[in-house]
Formats: sequence, structure tokens, C-alpha cells
Amino acid sequence: MSVKLTIMQQMEQVAREHGRILAPLNDDLVLANCGLDSLGFAVLVARLEDTLGIDPFTAAEDAFFPVTLGDFVKVYEHGRH
Amino acid sequence: MNMAGIEAPSLRAYVANAAAARFLWDRAAAARFTDLARGTSLNRQTSFGGRLADLAGRAVLVATASQLTTALALIELDGLARRLVILPPDIEADHLGAVMAAAEIDAVVTDAGARPQAAFELPVRVSCAPSIAPLDETPPAAVRTEWVLLTSGTTGVPKMVVHDLAGLTAAIPDRSAADGAAIWGTFYDIRRYGGLQIFLRAMLGGASLVLSSAGEPVADHLARLAQHGVTHLSGTPSHWRRALMNPAIGKIAPRYVRLSGEIADQAILDALRAVFPQAAIGHAYASTEAGVAFAVNDGLAGFPAAFVETIRDGVEMKIVDGSLRVRSPGAASRYVGHGPALTDADGFVDTGDIVERRGDRYYFAGRKGGIINIGGLKVHPEEIEAVINRHPQVRMSLVRPKRSPITGAIVVADVVLKSQGEAGNAGQIEVKDDILKLCRAALPRHKVPAAISFVPSLPVAATGKLARRPG
Repeated sequence: MSVKLTIMQQMEQVAREHGRILAPLNDDLVLANCGLDSLGFAVLVARLEDTLGIDPFTAAEDAFFPVTLGDFVKVYEHGRH
Repeated sequence: MNMAGIEAPSLRAYVANAAAARFLWDRAAAARFTDLARGTSLNRQTSFGGRLADLAGRAVLVATASQLTTALALIELDGLARRLVILPPDIEADHLGAVMAAAEIDAVVTDAGARPQAAFELPVRVSCAPSIAPLDETPPAAVRTEWVLLTSGTTGVPKMVVHDLAGLTAAIPDRSAADGAAIWGTFYDIRRYGGLQIFLRAMLGGASLVLSSAGEPVADHLARLAQHGVTHLSGTPSHWRRALMNPAIGKIAPRYVRLSGEIADQAILDALRAVFPQAAIGHAYASTEAGVAFAVNDGLAGFPAAFVETIRDGVEMKIVDGSLRVRSPGAASRYVGHGPALTDADGFVDTGDIVERRGDRYYFAGRKGGIINIGGLKVHPEEIEAVINRHPQVRMSLVRPKRSPITGAIVVADVVLKSQGEAGNAGQIEVKDDILKLCRAALPRHKVPAAISFVPSLPVAATGKLARRPG
């Protein structure tokens, strides 16, 4: 499964668990408007570490905050190599 | 005999009360400790060789390697030494000097297995052996002895907590040796408060005692307990969970099962009830500083709210900022040296254990300092563990913080299943989903673990408690 697909599935899963409604997912979607709150994001990042084996946020030397879903996916795609 | 200044009997006097010979057993040896209280003042028995007078009136460090010799030394030192300081087995060598200086130690008791330490090279160093022999000297006059226990702090020099025998035994109801047929056993080390309570219960209750031995496999320990016919057995919930995972648990049939030292949740109480349907099962609440505050014998987790509203056996409790405070005749009197005050202005010890009232019971929710902060919301790992442990396939669990770039921390759980590997991958995913469902139904969403990992075992510290690493 592609990194992007994994992320999108996990987002839907977390949204379900937290009773949130997700905005339609596309690369330009601003994360702040995607429907997940900060706890939802924290859980998502932890889950992605489980499934993808990386946590690009705590691994990065500089704090890096992606703005759009496309940026977010890219961080994981890069982190994987 | 001159008994001036002595109000309470010495430990040796309690031992002398027993009608029949009684024993202490560890993995390697047995000692008929009632011999220590045999004979007149002229042919008294001792495990200290001929060195009793050397220890009289001194501040003695009990630095024995084995619990068996520790037990014998304690029986002999109470009433003999001015102060006895019980060294726990896991003390860091770096802290020895500070402990000995603060406690003004001027004599050391060791045994054959004690590791040589430069700090122990004092003029008075006496070896204690499980062989008990007649003493060829007039025993020194009895003195009042301070008992000093070390706390199990996670960092820094351990605090030294001062008790006396009367306080340490305040919660022990039966001193008549009526329970003479009892064989006590404990998973604890008797050099810690929880284990020391069991040692003293055995001594005052006319019982023999099966000691634990460091590094002994659980199956071997259970086999030894069975071999000696253990009737009363105590340990932390973590000790018990580990024992329940071992098939050798079927060899023992105690009449009394006791838990202390950690939160006894309903799952562990029910599991013990299922394995020992005939036994009385009680969970006690105690701390090194506050002493034993109460025991709960109704088989339910938590404790009746009425305990807080009434004075029971001299013990009073109140709750300040969610934390349980205890005023008790069993509480320690002070710390050695310049410690913080042990009690508040009214004489209550703040235990640091957080309780929450639900209906007519209080439940332990965790440690004051062990709080995980999730984006400003506070979480006690123990309350989440209690929910996870309700799942029928879960043996034990550890909830810990995981750093999160977004909320500072989130909670994740490590879980030990009862039957490992049987379910296979698909089964594990199902159990994981089940546990999460359970958590979602019972907990607000910030307390639901973000991830659950199945692990073969969880580390239990030397204190018998689940090892929690600071987040």
C-alpha cells in the first residue's frame, strides 16, 4: 500500500474513532481544516509510526509543521528513505 | 532484668511466645529461628557467633545478602541495637556512604554472601549465619531500637524512614499465636516495607515463613511454597499476575491471599478468586511512611468511603486535592537527617496516591507525580490500565506516555496477554480492537491509548511493582 493511501486510511480510522467528520481528502487540503483536532493528529502520528515505522516529527532536527495534506504525505514519503 | 525505658516487647520476646518450633526457609537453607528465644540469659542462642555485646547500643547497618540472615539479624537486633538500618538489596553502591553517614552507622552486620564493600570496613563488623548456636556471654541490657527503612525513590539518595517495632506492628491484629499452624509466604523482599510487614506478621502470629530468593524462577518459588504447605501468601498485584501466568500456581492452595503495594484492580481480584475459590482474599493499603492504613476483604477493588469518615483502629484518613492523607499509630515518626517534614501540620502523611470517589467507594487512580499531561489534560496511567485489564484475555498492562509533537504526550499501552501466540496475528488484531472498544466505552478520548503493543512480559522492579519509567 502506498504511503499516501495508508495515511488517508488512518485519517479516516482516527476520525471514526473520535467521532469527527473528515473533509474530502486532497493534496491541497489545509490540515487545520481537515476535521481532526490536535488530539486526533497526535493519535494519527502515533499510529503512522506503528504502521510506517517512522515518526518524522520527533526524528527531525528542526521542528517542521506541514500545512497541507500534500506536505504531510511528503514528509512521510521522504522519511521512509 | 532492667527493662527501664522499654514499653513494648522486643521482637525476640514475641518469638519466645511460640509453643512449637518455627522455621524460616529460603532457597538455600532453613533456620529454626525459635531457638533464638530459647534458653535462659546464661545460655541464650545466637546467630551472631560470640559478638552480641559488640553490637549492643550501636547504630547497625543490616547489609546481609540473604533474606534468611536478615530475618535472624532483625530478631536479634531489636532490643540490642540503638538503631538498625535495613539495606534493601538494590541500593546503589554510590549511595552507601551517604546513607551510612547520615544514619551514624558504627557497626555492620553482613553474611557469607554479602559483597565486600569498602564502606563496610568498620571496626565492628559481625557476620550472621543461619546456624544458631549457644552464646557464651551475658546478653547486654535491652534498649529501645529505632528501625530505619529506605524508601524506593527513583532518583537520588533514598530517604531513610524511622519507625519502631510498636508502630511497625500496629496493624497486626493477632499476637496470640492462635494462628499457630500458619505458614506465611511472600513474593516480596522482607527488606522493603511490604515484605517486612509479612515477616512481622509471621513472627507475631506464631507462624513459619517461606522467604523469596533473588533470581529464583517463579516456578521454583511456587514449588517451594507448595513444599512447605504455605497457608498465607502475599505479594503485589504484579507479583500475583506473574504467578498466575505460571502453571505451578496449581500446586499451592493458600487460605489467605493478600495483595498490597500497587492498585489491586477488579480483574486481578477476580482472577485470584477463580484460582483460589476457597481463600480469603484481601488487599491492603500501606506505604513506608504512612504504615498500613487499611485492608479490604470484600473482594472488590477500591475501598468503602466509610473508611474515610471514621477512625478505624486508630487510623484516620482524609483527602486533600484528591490525594489520600493518613494519620496512624503505624506511621513513621520522621526521616533521618534533613528530610522534608514527614507529616502535615495535623500529623497526616500525604501518601501521594490519588483517589476518586464513585458511589460509596473510593478507587485509587494513580500517583500524584505519575501524571501524564496530554495537551493540558491530566491522565493517570493506572486508571487506563484498570480498564485494559478488564479484558478477559489481558494478564497485565502498562500505560506510558509517548512524546507527541502535537500534544506534548499521548498515551500508549504495552499489553501482556494470558495465552500468548495462540491467537495468531488475526486474533491479536481482534483483541486489540476489543481493548480499544472497551477503552472508548469507559474513558474520555484523550485517555484511550493511541497505540497498543503486545509484549511477552513487563518489567517488575525489585520492589515488586510494575517498573514505570519517567516519561
